[in-house]
Amino acid sequence: MFDINKIRSDFPVLANEVYGKPLVYFDNGATTQKPESVINAVTEAYRTYYSNIHRGVHALSDISSEKYESARERVRSFINAASKEEIVFTSGATASINLVAFSFGERYVRRGDEVLISELEHHANIVPWQMMCERKNAHLKVIPVNDDGSLRLEELDKLITDKTKIVAVTQVSNALGVIIPVEKIIEKAHEHNIPVLVDGVQGIQHGHVDVQELDCDFYAFSGHKIYGPTGIGVLYGKRKWLLELPPYQGGGDMVDRVSFDKTTYNKLPFKFEAGTTNFVGAIGIGKALDYIEFVGMADIIKHEKELTEYSNRRMKEISGIKIYGNTKEKISIMSFLIDRVHQYDAGMILDKMGIAVRTGSHCAQPIMTRFGIEGTIRASMCFYNTKEEIDILIKGIEKVKMMML
Amino acid sequence: MSYRDMTIEEVQNEIIEEFSLFDDWMDRYDHLIEEGKDLPVIEEKYKKNEYLIEGCQSRVWLYPEFIDGKVHFKADSDAIIVRGIIAMLIKVLSGRTPDEIIDTDLYFIDRVGLRQNLSPTRSNGLLAMLKQMKLYAIAYKAKQKS
Repeated sequence: MFDINKIRSDFPVLANEVYGKPLVYFDNGATTQKPESVINAVTEAYRTYYSNIHRGVHALSDISSEKYESARERVRSFINAASKEEIVFTSGATASINLVAFSFGERYVRRGDEVLISELEHHANIVPWQMMCERKNAHLKVIPVNDDGSLRLEELDKLITDKTKIVAVTQVSNALGVIIPVEKIIEKAHEHNIPVLVDGVQGIQHGHVDVQELDCDFYAFSGHKIYGPTGIGVLYGKRKWLLELPPYQGGGDMVDRVSFDKTTYNKLPFKFEAGTTNFVGAIGIGKALDYIEFVGMADIIKHEKELTEYSNRRMKEISGIKIYGNTKEKISIMSFLIDRVHQYDAGMILDKMGIAVRTGSHCAQPIMTRFGIEGTIRASMCFYNTKEEIDILIKGIEKVKMMML
Repeated sequence: MSYRDMTIEEVQNEIIEEFSLFDDWMDRYDHLIEEGKDLPVIEEKYKKNEYLIEGCQSRVWLYPEFIDGKVHFKADSDAIIVRGIIAMLIKVLSGRTPDEIIDTDLYFIDRVGLRQNLSPTRSNGLLAMLKQMKLYAIAYKAKQKS
């Protein structure tokens, strides 16, 4: 049963007060809080069996390696990848995307080729491709958005050409909360044998992800946005691609044999895990995914949908609010502006009321430019948030208006 | 008496006294908002990139003039609370000699509880503006000598 009070008590930070007021944490799009079980797993690793993985013959190294590989299996089953070989641990989604942009670019992209992304992307799914295009003299093309924040998928036929080498799109817009029908993009791209990378950073914690059903070629996400530790991320890649791509970074553990004449690389997925990885973080992700399954994704989706609908309704009661991202399919993110109020002023006043929101461009400047704005106020909610907290936000917005106007 | 007839210390003390009337943050912010509204808007011709100080959260424009050995600042921001803080920095630092601007200890910032707004992690342009004010003062001082 979905017991919100029990759930909230699992997250120690949520009990905090700021400026003497109960914390209303609505910055989950930036990073999520951690349940006790994740915090304990990380502490336990450092306290009881910490030792480097895949190296020692000794007992602790065995335990660490075993826990690390179990975490990999946990990630595999969570996203239903075909095999553990397809799960690469990175430092975060940004590193995952950089890995693909670099290695895929080295292997497949030539002068005059094209990479297709969307206007909604986070900088982390723009800049790595831009850097690669610059290196390869290739071109970055962009799927434009409609006024409601949805993608103009009807443009796909025009945008995909015989020069297109890869498509990289977000599953959910971090700035607007709009859900993108990535399955349609994947289907279309695959008709032309073009692989697709899905940036799942804002998607995986809000819905079921099955990479085989989705049939994406790469899927990237971060641990810290799915209730896991910071500094750990995942890159899922179809086996056939990971076998073909050259390594991204060289170092320990990614090699098979090293001599000064030639080095051969380790098998998958270790070929892409140079150096000592953040294996404690990986163990933490494993625990976070356990926690999500324990709560139940179906219940999470249901509760978050209620929050989305409730916040949408309450926001529309206030005059002078403009919501950005107005599609039917959205996650629990409210991106908005108050008429004649700068987002930073609003953020500062909300902060003093104990409400944590993000203000600014949300690392997605192109989409802000598309709407002719500098930024928005973003309240990003998740399953441990409540309608009562939304009421506090609404009061906060009324207060902002009263003070500023 | 205008601020320019007062010493930097006197201006800072007066600001501290004004703020001491307010018990809670809301009244303080209200006061900042009022100050922000009172700050003369700078002319559009100064709102160009040359005078823009980029902050991730709000933009600040700062325009300096050097007249009779004193540095005069005009400044503006698109966020009103930031404008309020700018208004106070201008009260304290505008119309002063380069040396005064370079050497001043801005103790009023801590005393009125504005330190967090001027912290390096808040990229609202204010700290960069303060640095820029001092840099202009250093540049004018060098020019004066030459």
